[in-house]
Amino acid sequence: MPRPGFVLDVDRSTPPTLFWHGEGFRLEKLPADRSRVIYAPEPHDAIDDVDGAIRTALLHPIDMDPLPSLLFPGMKLTIAFDDVSLPLPKMRRPDLRQRIIEQVLTMAADAGVDDVHLIAALALHRRMHEFELRHALGDRVYDAFEPRGLLFQHDAEDPDNLAFLGTTDQGEEIEINKRAAESDLLIYVNINLVAMDGGWKSTAVGLASYRSLRHHHNPTTMEASHSFMDQHASELHKSTWRMGKVMRDHGPKVFQIETTLNTDTFPQPFEFLAKREWEWNAKDRALYLASAKALAKAPPRTARKIFHGIEAPHQMTSIQCGEVEAVHKVTTQNVYDQQLVEVEGQTDILMLGIPYICPYNVNSIMNPILVMCTGLGYFFNLYRGKPLVREGGVVILTHPTTNEFHPVHHPSYIDFFEEVLADTTDPHVMSQKWEQQYAEDDWYRHLYRTTNAYHGVHPFYMWYWGSHGMKHVGKVIIVGGDAATVRKLGFTPASTMNDALEIASDTVGRHPTITHMKTPPLMIADVK
Amino acid sequence: MIAEALAGKRIAITGATGFVGTALVERLLRSVPGCELVLLIRDGQRTPAAKRTDREIFKNDAFDRLRATHDDDFSSVTSRVSTIAGDVTRDGLGLNEADRALFASCDIVIHSAAAVSFDSPLDSAVEINLLGPSRIANLCNEIGITPHLVAVSTCYVAGNRRGNAPEQLVSDGPFDIGIDWRSEVAASRRLRSDADAASRSRENLERFRDEARTELGAAGAPALASKTEQLRERWVKDQLVEAGRARAASVGWPDAYAFTKALGEQALTDVKGAVPVSIVRPSIIESALAEPKPGWIRGFRMAEPVLISYARGLLDEFPGVPEGTVDVIPVDIVVASIIAVAALGPERAPAITQVASGGINPLKYRMLVDNVSGWFLEHPIYDSKGQPIVVPEFRFPGRGRVQAQLGRAKKVLTAGEKVLQNLPLRGRQAEWSAQIETKRVEIERALTYVELYGLYTECEAIYQVDNLMLTWGELDDVDRAEFNFDPRSVDWPTYITQVHLPSIVQHARVKTTPGPAASTDRMARMRKQVLDPRRQVVAFDLENTLIASNVVESYSWLATRRLDTPERVRYFLRTLAEAPGLLKLDRADRTDFLRHFYRRYEDAPVEQIERDAREMFAQLIMTKSFPDGLRRVREHRALGHRTILITGALSFNVEGLRPLFDEIVAAEMSIRPDNTYSGEMVTVPPTGEARAQILLDYCDAEGFDPDECVAYADSSSDLPLFEAVGFPVAVNPETRLAAIARKRGWLVEHWSKSPGGPRPKLPIGPLLSERERRQRFGSGARR
Repeated sequence: MPRPGFVLDVDRSTPPTLFWHGEGFRLEKLPADRSRVIYAPEPHDAIDDVDGAIRTALLHPIDMDPLPSLLFPGMKLTIAFDDVSLPLPKMRRPDLRQRIIEQVLTMAADAGVDDVHLIAALALHRRMHEFELRHALGDRVYDAFEPRGLLFQHDAEDPDNLAFLGTTDQGEEIEINKRAAESDLLIYVNINLVAMDGGWKSTAVGLASYRSLRHHHNPTTMEASHSFMDQHASELHKSTWRMGKVMRDHGPKVFQIETTLNTDTFPQPFEFLAKREWEWNAKDRALYLASAKALAKAPPRTARKIFHGIEAPHQMTSIQCGEVEAVHKVTTQNVYDQQLVEVEGQTDILMLGIPYICPYNVNSIMNPILVMCTGLGYFFNLYRGKPLVREGGVVILTHPTTNEFHPVHHPSYIDFFEEVLADTTDPHVMSQKWEQQYAEDDWYRHLYRTTNAYHGVHPFYMWYWGSHGMKHVGKVIIVGGDAATVRKLGFTPASTMNDALEIASDTVGRHPTITHMKTPPLMIADVK
Repeated sequence: MIAEALAGKRIAITGATGFVGTALVERLLRSVPGCELVLLIRDGQRTPAAKRTDREIFKNDAFDRLRATHDDDFSSVTSRVSTIAGDVTRDGLGLNEADRALFASCDIVIHSAAAVSFDSPLDSAVEINLLGPSRIANLCNEIGITPHLVAVSTCYVAGNRRGNAPEQLVSDGPFDIGIDWRSEVAASRRLRSDADAASRSRENLERFRDEARTELGAAGAPALASKTEQLRERWVKDQLVEAGRARAASVGWPDAYAFTKALGEQALTDVKGAVPVSIVRPSIIESALAEPKPGWIRGFRMAEPVLISYARGLLDEFPGVPEGTVDVIPVDIVVASIIAVAALGPERAPAITQVASGGINPLKYRMLVDNVSGWFLEHPIYDSKGQPIVVPEFRFPGRGRVQAQLGRAKKVLTAGEKVLQNLPLRGRQAEWSAQIETKRVEIERALTYVELYGLYTECEAIYQVDNLMLTWGELDDVDRAEFNFDPRSVDWPTYITQVHLPSIVQHARVKTTPGPAASTDRMARMRKQVLDPRRQVVAFDLENTLIASNVVESYSWLATRRLDTPERVRYFLRTLAEAPGLLKLDRADRTDFLRHFYRRYEDAPVEQIERDAREMFAQLIMTKSFPDGLRRVREHRALGHRTILITGALSFNVEGLRPLFDEIVAAEMSIRPDNTYSGEMVTVPPTGEARAQILLDYCDAEGFDPDECVAYADSSSDLPLFEAVGFPVAVNPETRLAAIARKRGWLVEHWSKSPGGPRPKLPIGPLLSERERRQRFGSGARR
């Protein structure tokens, strides 16, 4: 029986805690008697017969007819699937998407459907590389669809392939992939890694264009989303649900497939990363020492290669399909069951170790903007109820935060860092002053459409993602971060955790309460 | 008395753009309100004489004082000045009729034009210093006028001698060896034509060409030709400088300057006829004691570079004897003496007046050194890292030792420079070589100072100023206050530390405050100019300017894209074997290399190459791109500039960059009817001077001004392109270009690949799985 999440009160005998630090780790001894460490719940048991569960789900959808009865000869069928940003880290082959799509395709073939398109729901993300598509879909599906030109990557900048579906009662425009919009049936295959994923967000975001996305991907909406993990307190979700309503009335019939994973995140020899430190045995200690030393010595490029090679052993814990909202309710509950940890009260200082990966640097580089987004956008938002850190408190991140960018994946990030951040770090100001220029830039558009680059506006979205966090906290300190780079982000660099606590004392006094949320593995703090 | 005597007089002045001349013009306009001036000025290469008067004389800060007192009506001052275009190296001074008439109306002629540089070529020193004064006298005689000719000479005409040097002609003294100035003139002209002839010998021309190639690399024929010719001319000049020094030394003068000046006095005396002549001989003229303002100086003269080199720690020793006399005289004292001599008139003025301090108020070498080092210890100059430079202690070494020391340093640096130049360095590393070169040039200069000026610090002649003091005695108190030329009025320690050194440090634009170097400011300023909306067209090179890749890498990527592992190994072994030959070809001629290399694309199917090239754009070109460079292209576009990519790369390889440019000029390959590439070029790949021509043609066709264009490139082979535009920018320059850019003050950008980005070790396409390969191309398919 897996143990639930756990909040440890640090006392004098507590061993140092492991912090993520980019492509490496650090051990930090936290002040006794006023610090706590939140540990994620242990992985739930996975479903043994995955293929059987998929089949059962497809045949018994929620609030919808079984999939085979929705399929008929001569129909237009489109299967959209989550892109490379999910799950994290990538899962071991066969990927869930492959398993599901293969069964869907079998059913479609049995029903005599011959007009099938596969679409990677990129939104404004980068196009996937061939090896990534092969990983997600499997060679059989890839080789069957790609050479015949039936495997697409959603192009949010292709004016000929977008369809306008209407506006919500609040004036939000919905424009999505034309093929998806004109299909007789749109099947969306989700991997719901966190509570934020899925629901109407899948289709209304993943298949949308900039025109549509700007209505919820903006500082005002993001600032009012408390948090992204709690659909009912999230303006972002309210907006996409409004869009969903329009989609339901004017869009294609959507058959939503959602899956949840357990939190079995790290394979050998990295299991110690998910273990609680006082339970480390001699082997864990040795592995920690060996890997920490080796990674510190290895060139960053090598360390990066090692980490991005990690394939997580996480397994499916549930699959449900059918009507979008009904399905999503079940999914969200399943995610909560696995990830929620009860935490008593807020804290003065929230410590977050930033790992090597976030949704936007798979097989790429965790650049400074993504460091900020992971810390203040993602991890800060891993709560339900109240933020873990009190208003005006301090967030301490640990990450090397070097001035490094992937030239192919993040070209507009480089310019954003040099040009926009040199001008302002205020999300509202930059959205007024700079966003449009980047969003409509021909060169970025060209790179997004023809290479593997994120859309020109994407770095802005990353910055907005952290706007609630930035507004809420009084100070952000990055331990071990490159000083010039951290300052450019508008944060304070510190070389050691002690220095960081010293700096934080200006904001929260000499005896602050401290909470370290040790993630990944993923969790959601249910703050009472 | 002086002002009255000169009131209503018209005074012709030569050499008015010089140090003494400018001070003289200013002083006459300010202190002698009644006089009119006629300035005889040489037409500049681009600026006519009259414009030079405005630009080079009235704009000088010497006139700040006059300007301040004539707030609104400075023109009332300048209206007293007329300019005539003339040249003392031409007979009749090259005057036209009208100017000749104006010249004829002058009451006084002050001749201060001279080739004052101690290392002038012998022939030009002869034309200006020796024949100049005589030409003026000849012209007067020809017109039939007898103005009072005041000729400025130098104390050093006395030559290398010890003891008193009185105010008399060299030929009247006891040490005259009876040199005939006419034969010296003839000899110097012959030397010029001999040197010129020698410079055109086959060996020499080949050597110049080799040197030009070493300096510029494959910059194309026109650039190479112009550099070769420049080197030839410089060689001729060096020969004549050497000849002048040797000739002067052989007959007992420190250098060609003093030597030709001495013969000039002689010649003037011989040809003056009815023209009354007064000669004024200053010693070493330095910054002003008080007029027009303390410390005023024009140009960088003799002692200044030496002092600054010392303060910068380049020259830690300078030859000289501690008890020796350094004969220095402030410029305002010289100017006042000249005016006094002119005011006395031809009858009363002494034939020769020496203006010097050695005989009456000597400045000892030790006193100079002590004051200078003391001052620089208190007010140090800062090096480029913002650290103060501590000046070394002087040990008064002999000249030989200093020379040997500097000679050794120069040898080491020259060798280091050679080694670096032959290494394939780029960007910041390439700047090492430029830095070494700068150091070497500095050492060379220091060496020249020691050779040239060392003689002066060792000179033990004492210049008598009896005539000067006689004239001083005749002045009333008003004149003495207004026209001070008493050398005894200089208090040397005060003059050195409070007047002269502060002034020259300011003039030398050296760093006098701690903190980072100002050069970044300069680069930022130049960057701003480049990114000005007024610029029109911006040309970019591709390789190593915008991406760290080249045609060979692109080819390798495409060629290996569809090979399996053993085939790849074979490919690379083959390429490695060919590499030396290819490199050699590339060095010799870029165009030939490209043409030869592109043959490899023969038989390649167009469709496949185009598809692979699209993939290569992300995987090779964007991976190896310089984000700063791409951003710069976009900044230019945002400013409304036209952007052109001029590259020797094949058009399909740069297709992905198209949205960045208004125009792409690349190599085009012809396509056969069966839709394969022929391996032959449709147009010559644009390299070297062809790039400059392309840009100029484009400007011409579109109505743009090349002076408003910007060019970004990385190699000295782009020199013609750089020279064609108004704003050249050297990007990650290789060694040669780094040196050139530094010399010419071009903007230099250091752009690099995105740090942390992927660094593929070999330029190869991703390996296809065996199954894919079979599936796509059938079994046995080769590239």
